[in-house]
Amino acid sequence: MTLLSVRDLVIEIPSRPGLTRRAMARFIDGVSFDIDKGEILGVVGESGAGKSLTGAAITGLLPPPGRITGGTVELDGQRIDGLPPSMLRRLRGRRIGMIFQDPLTTLDPLFTIGQQLVETMRTHLPLSDTAARARARDWLDRVGIPGADRRIDAYPHEFSGGQRQRVVIALALCAEPDLLIADEPTTALDVSVQAHIIALLHELARERGTAVMLITHDMGVIAEIADRVAVMYAGRIAEIGRVDSVIRHPSHPYTDGLIGTIPSVAHRLDRLRQIDGTMPRPDAMPAGCAFHPRCPKGFDRCRQDRPLLRPVGDSLAACWLA
Amino acid sequence: MTGFWLQSDLVNGFRNAPLAVASALVVAVLVVAAAFAPWLAPHNPMDVASLSLLDSFKPPFGMPDADPANPLGTDNQGRDVLSAIMFGLRVSLLVGFCSILLAALTGGAIGLLAGYAGGLADAVLMRIADIQLTFPAILTALLVDGIIGAALPRTMRESVQIYVMIFAIGISLWPGFARTIRGSTLMERNKDYVLAARVIGVPAWRIALTHVLPNVLGPVLVIGTLGMGMAILTEATLSFLGIGLPPTHPSLGTLIRFGNDFLFSGQWWVTAFPGLALVLTVLSINLLGDWLRDALNPKLR
Amino acid sequence: MLQVTSVTHRYDVSQPWLHRVLVGEPRQCLTAVDNVSFRIERGETLSLVGESGCGKSTVARLVVGLHAPSEGTIRFQGETLSSVRAQPALRRQFNMIFQDPYSSLNPRWRVRDVIGEPIRVFGLASDQVALRQRVDALLVQVGLVAEDGEKYPHQFSGGQRQRISIARALASEPVFLVCDEPTSALDVSVQAQILNLMRDLQRRLGLTLLFISHNLAVVRHMSDRIGVMYLGSIVEIGPADDIFHAPRHPYTRLLLDALPDMTQTGRKRSPVGGPIWCEVPDPIDPPTGCPFHPRCPLADARCRREKPTIMLSGRTEVACHAVEEGRLPDQ
Repeated sequence: MTLLSVRDLVIEIPSRPGLTRRAMARFIDGVSFDIDKGEILGVVGESGAGKSLTGAAITGLLPPPGRITGGTVELDGQRIDGLPPSMLRRLRGRRIGMIFQDPLTTLDPLFTIGQQLVETMRTHLPLSDTAARARARDWLDRVGIPGADRRIDAYPHEFSGGQRQRVVIALALCAEPDLLIADEPTTALDVSVQAHIIALLHELARERGTAVMLITHDMGVIAEIADRVAVMYAGRIAEIGRVDSVIRHPSHPYTDGLIGTIPSVAHRLDRLRQIDGTMPRPDAMPAGCAFHPRCPKGFDRCRQDRPLLRPVGDSLAACWLA
Repeated sequence: MTGFWLQSDLVNGFRNAPLAVASALVVAVLVVAAAFAPWLAPHNPMDVASLSLLDSFKPPFGMPDADPANPLGTDNQGRDVLSAIMFGLRVSLLVGFCSILLAALTGGAIGLLAGYAGGLADAVLMRIADIQLTFPAILTALLVDGIIGAALPRTMRESVQIYVMIFAIGISLWPGFARTIRGSTLMERNKDYVLAARVIGVPAWRIALTHVLPNVLGPVLVIGTLGMGMAILTEATLSFLGIGLPPTHPSLGTLIRFGNDFLFSGQWWVTAFPGLALVLTVLSINLLGDWLRDALNPKLR
Repeated sequence: MLQVTSVTHRYDVSQPWLHRVLVGEPRQCLTAVDNVSFRIERGETLSLVGESGCGKSTVARLVVGLHAPSEGTIRFQGETLSSVRAQPALRRQFNMIFQDPYSSLNPRWRVRDVIGEPIRVFGLASDQVALRQRVDALLVQVGLVAEDGEKYPHQFSGGQRQRISIARALASEPVFLVCDEPTSALDVSVQAQILNLMRDLQRRLGLTLLFISHNLAVVRHMSDRIGVMYLGSIVEIGPADDIFHAPRHPYTRLLLDALPDMTQTGRKRSPVGGPIWCEVPDPIDPPTGCPFHPRCPLADARCRREKPTIMLSGRTEVACHAVEEGRLPDQ
């Protein structure tokens, strides 16, 4: 059952704000994907690919002057792009939960985490103060904060980074949303803590049947917990499909290159596979396929026509070679 | 380096902020009027010979008995108010600019030293700055002015008063610069590019001057502009109190003081117009400084 | 080439004097590096790996002489570091590359001035023309073009800025480079480019490297030997292959296990490590005895009391009571 449906999303941002002549650049150019109920979709890409923007657009948190200028976003069959801010606010938290990268700025330093959890729950659910507090305590327990009874009245700065991120996860899930958007949830954490947080997310999502849109640049994390993965490049989706298909048999040369550049612990290579060049900026996008200047297998058609997603095996890839 | 600035967001933002452009224009007009006063002013109020008591107390334009040759009227000795304002502006702007320059140079040097060296030097210098900041700047300027005035022989006093003023006001304003520059220096000195220079053994003074200084100058422009308004007002206040510049080289403050005596006898224009000129000057400088501060604020960029 | 002996470094993180006097607090010291010893032979690459608070960055700074260690000695090619730093001819033999591409280049300097600074400081070019040529050659060597010298750092991407940093580090013609997490702030594909570049340069110029990182996979490709650090101490150090294929110390095993493995999609992972919610403790208040004991599945009473000393075991050195006592389970 499809929970979230994004079709042909286009996001434009003026590329040089301040000048009298405003040139709009397409930061997201025709992105489409679905997330089913209870599924974990990984959105992977490098910086500048547009993955965070996509997440922000879905929840209506696109920083101005960026705007959605095309396409639709539907949650459970209803359009949510273009809703007035008051309705979007009700959506966030109740139906869509969000986790951002930096737990330090997500939590309000002036309130205890108990207060923040209770406030979030009571805004979206019909609960009394005592009931909400009891649930907050349970949530802290569930995400693994030791001594939840005491810690519920502690302030964010009294927690370590990993613990704060756990609190943020609790905060995002306490209003029982159907969809959780996690934007780089583990990037700011140590490696050993990352493993725990990822495992926690996985468990909670499965337990509650929450769909997750996991945005990250770390392919390894996606490999571990995602069901499907969308690989983004330069504001477009290069490939999308089941995780094991995409990782083991990538159809798009970028996915192939990306996976190849990741150093593996298994054996030492003389030379890492590398992709020459850098991702094009939105205001300097090449014609045709965005990846063709760096693609080892490009040919004429790649320079002229932009490939759309087409089926290759059980995934979809935007490549003329498919 | 100029290329860097001309292409910067700063210049582009300026073009789009009408208030900034307007205040910049006003400041430009004032500066030109002041700089070229000897040539632009319709009369020369300093030239005693050209004055005539017959011209005294002519009212400004729009009132009965107004003389078009004196659009803002004349004072009790027949001096044209407009010309007096232009010459007075000259002195005010000069004192304001030079004192801020002095404050910026000393405050900046001290701030850079304190921020980069840290430790005892930093603690001592900043405590001195803190102590001075507990006194209102005007009081400090007053104090310095008084001390120097007492030390100088009477005959010299009037001719060097302008330098004494510049020095006194400059000294009263250095802590503000010092603290800001110290803050920026503290931030920059932990950055990796400073560490890279330290690794290869560049001496500390060279790092401070060639690496750190260019990066901490930004705020100086802002405080400098805002401080200039303050400096001009301080000087005007001191002159108004009679301790500043003498009537032979009047600043706007002196003019206001001078005209104050005639305020309640009905010749309001002798004090009002210099007052207005003062307000206009300080206001436009402050607006420019405000805009500059917002434009250069990295958090708003 | 480099010999670090029993180096300890403490930072004074006490509150200002007045505060301490009024509140009655004692001085607080953070032991960032605790009795660390290692050596690096000419031409080899040693990597130091660890998470936050382990002290690897402090070690990097101590090795280049940015701070003097509180205790212990560092010798560079036989001479003490302080005497080496006092002689420009010797000081130019080592240099450093930093983690953050955005703060490691002076934003107000042109790139050619940034790269040219070591050349000027050590007087390696006879005149402006020679200086210019050398800077251009360096730019090309790191994969940029000579014209890039005219630009300012903000006109480049993160990966390109790291290349500029590398060019600057090479400008003084060093034999030893300390690389402090040079690719941690870069995208994966750019990281691959930079790592390949560094390997090529190392081979071509015969450099000796001290490579600091938190990413074990990156370190795999760059190193001959690897040292694993935890809360200021080296817990295991040895040849790279041995560390990866037969890790001994429980923390090394935890790190290796925590790495997401791409070949195993959908792996159900139960992360290793005692009470699983623990994280790296605050370095200001380290645990007693062995710093790893709160998270170690093999910890016993001795571990809580006594800090293990590092001992040779096979080809690696390990600091662990369980290893010493033969309690370590096979993997």
